[in-house]
Amino acid sequence: MTEQSIHTPNPDVYPLESSRLTGDATAQDIESIRKRTSVFVYEWPVRLWHWVNALCITVLIATGWLIADPLPTMTFAEATHQFVMGYVRFAHFAAAQILTIGFFGRIYWAIVGNHHARQLFYVPILNKRWWREVVFEIKWYLFLEREPKKYVGHNPLAQIAMFFFMTLGITFMIITGWALYAEGAQAGSLSHNVMGWLIGWVGNTQFLHSVHHLGMWFIVIFMIVHIYAAIREDILSRQSMVSTMISGTRTFKDDRPD
Amino acid sequence: MSQIETFYEVMRKQGITRRSFMKYCSLTASALGLGPAFVPQIAHAMETKPRTPVIWVNGLECTCCSESFIRGAHPLAKDVVLSMISLDYSETLMAAAGHHAEAALEETIEKYKGNYILAVEGNPPLNEDGMFCIVGGKPFVEQLKHAAQHAKAVISWGACASYGCVQAAKPNPTQATPVHKVITDKPIIKVPGCPPIAEVMTGVITYMLTFDRLPELDRQGRPAMFYGQRIHDKCYRRPHFDAGQFVEHWDDENARKGFCLYKMGCKGPTTYNACSTVRWNEGTSFPIQSGHGCIGCSEDGFWDQGSFYNRVTDLTQFGIEANADKVGMTAAGVVGAGVAAHAAVSALRAAQRKTQDKKEEA
Repeated sequence: MTEQSIHTPNPDVYPLESSRLTGDATAQDIESIRKRTSVFVYEWPVRLWHWVNALCITVLIATGWLIADPLPTMTFAEATHQFVMGYVRFAHFAAAQILTIGFFGRIYWAIVGNHHARQLFYVPILNKRWWREVVFEIKWYLFLEREPKKYVGHNPLAQIAMFFFMTLGITFMIITGWALYAEGAQAGSLSHNVMGWLIGWVGNTQFLHSVHHLGMWFIVIFMIVHIYAAIREDILSRQSMVSTMISGTRTFKDDRPD
Repeated sequence: MSQIETFYEVMRKQGITRRSFMKYCSLTASALGLGPAFVPQIAHAMETKPRTPVIWVNGLECTCCSESFIRGAHPLAKDVVLSMISLDYSETLMAAAGHHAEAALEETIEKYKGNYILAVEGNPPLNEDGMFCIVGGKPFVEQLKHAAQHAKAVISWGACASYGCVQAAKPNPTQATPVHKVITDKPIIKVPGCPPIAEVMTGVITYMLTFDRLPELDRQGRPAMFYGQRIHDKCYRRPHFDAGQFVEHWDDENARKGFCLYKMGCKGPTTYNACSTVRWNEGTSFPIQSGHGCIGCSEDGFWDQGSFYNRVTDLTQFGIEANADKVGMTAAGVVGAGVAAHAAVSALRAAQRKTQDKKEEA
């Protein structure tokens, strides 16, 4: 059979086998693709979270940098009427609070949302097939595979990156960030009641500043890789990437079964 | 030693008038953050309670804690302070020396079992069986354990006793160890600082005498009334921080104007102490007021937190001269270069394939 198509029911062909086993595709997804070559993946809260999160992270990196290494001294009013550092810190804290709420909202949506909303929060390390697909993806990125596979959700390698850089990375930044914020909010405040234990545990909080700063670079590295991979896959892979995070729909460029 | 005198008796003997005594009580009340209602309570305690015996031992240290302590101005002048607490053993201040001094120590421990306060200045080195610090012919760690056995409470004076300070800085060859890691079965109050503020030291003792209990401690075991807030939050230069006005170089115009020392590496934002409120030498000044950033001397391991003059400090785990920015920028640079190279190869590959496909079609 030379002209195999995903649209033709064919008992000999197992459509999107690798994606179904490891690429976050469900039976309904396969049916959708059979009919339309596209599949709805990301519901609006996931997409909204993605872009709000991206915006918050951008603001946090810029303002965080300026907190560690402030702008040159400027005097355009009396100190009482001037609030340069204050606004930088305000932006940092405001973005951090939005990011925190967003992250909790995202966790909530992982529970109540569709199947794909959960992929960010786990790595299926016990799934042997998944590891094989990880190796396949690594080979694709090392130019050792001629053609990539179709995936409905994140590909296995992307899932690893999302989990470690985003799920764990953001958690780390939220925890250390709120502990640092609690220092300024002081004992008795909500943030201090929640995160004060970390201040007591690390002792000298200069250390917290340092690891929070390193965490920023961790996120920067993720951004570089993430944006590059998304654009590259959008061009070279067999499915849509960038537009999927806007419309929520994954479109496939060909209709071959796997 | 027949009967132990009360504080009030001692103070009267020293020529302190009742009026001055009451003034002292109200000053103490405000220093401890207590309302006027507590003044009679303090006065009452001073009038009726026998002086608490204090054994003051010195391990690996520089005696800056003693030096600070004897300069206490509020609560009281040094001689009265020294009479107040019945300082029964202190190598630095006592008249006795040698065997007499050691005998005084034994006598106090024996006589006031379970009632004396052990004040520790410095810390014991544990390496080589404690041979790096010998007191009375024996390792200091033995004297410390011996004296702590029957103590009511232990006060860890200064950064040495509380956290280890410079002798415990990496690589800590003598294995200098803070008191709370050696004495684990007694209530311990940490009064860190290098040295602690005199008024903080006397304030802690006065509180313990007045209320017969330890002051409220924070999570790290420091009295919350003195170590509950950061230098940064009570700094008189804080408006310049919020305004974004910083000293950029030592001796620049901004330094003369008294701008914020944040960019000069001030550790005020991570340091919990009373310097910016109580200040030093009878409230004369404190480091930031004299134009130098806080070095964070009352914080755990402040010697190992990189330079005193940087905000983004060195991370010794990554080599001596690496801070978070250098580590992060290097990593991001490597990843960025990798991404660029990968993108180039991807583009070449795609172009190559396109030509191949065209050839095949043709």
